[in-house]
Amino acid sequence: MDYGHSDRPAGAPPLPTAIKILVAGGFGVGKTTMVGAVSETRPLRTEEVLTESGVGIDDLSGVEGKTTTTVAMDFGRITISDDLVLYLFGTPGQDRFWFVWDELALGAIGAVVLADTRRLADCFPSIDYFEGRGTPFVVAVNCFEGARSYRLDEVQTALNLDPGVPVLLCDARQRESSKEVLVTLMEHAMKTREARRRAAGGN
Amino acid sequence: MTVQGESADHQWVDDHAGPVVRPYAVTRGRARPVTGTFDLISLVTATRAEVTPEVGIGPEHLAIVGLCQRIQSVAEIAAHLDLPVGTIRVLLGDLAARSLVQVREPQTTAGLPDNSIFEAVINGLRAL
Repeated sequence: MDYGHSDRPAGAPPLPTAIKILVAGGFGVGKTTMVGAVSETRPLRTEEVLTESGVGIDDLSGVEGKTTTTVAMDFGRITISDDLVLYLFGTPGQDRFWFVWDELALGAIGAVVLADTRRLADCFPSIDYFEGRGTPFVVAVNCFEGARSYRLDEVQTALNLDPGVPVLLCDARQRESSKEVLVTLMEHAMKTREARRRAAGGN
Repeated sequence: MTVQGESADHQWVDDHAGPVVRPYAVTRGRARPVTGTFDLISLVTATRAEVTPEVGIGPEHLAIVGLCQRIQSVAEIAAHLDLPVGTIRVLLGDLAARSLVQVREPQTTAGLPDNSIFEAVINGLRAL
């Protein structure tokens, strides 16, 4: 594992392990709010500049049609211990940035799908994406003021979720509530992993 | 790029460089790092307290070394230096090739030997 960067002082502690959790959902559902509620600092913003390489790269007439797009991602950090750091990434809200999602989802330990019952359909693409990839996820219904409250089983039915997927209510502005969502996700991810190992070992 | 040494470099700092530096100008046109993949949560630490300027090492490289005196993820470096992640990856590749930074790529969930990381995160979150 160690690639022998000899300049590092011999007595220096090993670098910690980093893991990431994604916070997904529709535009304005509270992704950055949740990231900020549990992170140790205010959410940071990082950007990817994407170039849509057009046809005929050597063709000068294509140059004016070449466009770049900047995709911003908000993220936060929770230092669990000296050797474990958790990063929370809010996913870019627009569906056309799926390729950024692929990079984010790679190696992610799990995902929170934030839902707003007034616009439930907004979280369908996120759910489809994580189901397709096999990324463990929970659905957290962000309780906006003025939104009609639904029973959790109604939300589960409306989203056509696998019965094993946890659905819970939350207030993304509240640290305790957001922490509970993350704990639920980690427990679900651990169970999912154990079940997959058993299934793989049983054949 | 000029090869006239430090005096030439010093003409192009701060305001003299203009208000906006295009991302690929910082990397001198390169879109891919010379070495490494640099996941967003790869952790980076500087191997030295200071780096003397040399050809191929620009102000942004020095800024990364300064920032990474404390362990930082690739995403954090990009956010603090206000440069796109792709640009930071190229600069980190230069630094890694010179052994000026040490990088730890993240572990995949499938590669975890047991549940200890999950349990540590759950306990850590509860203790926040």
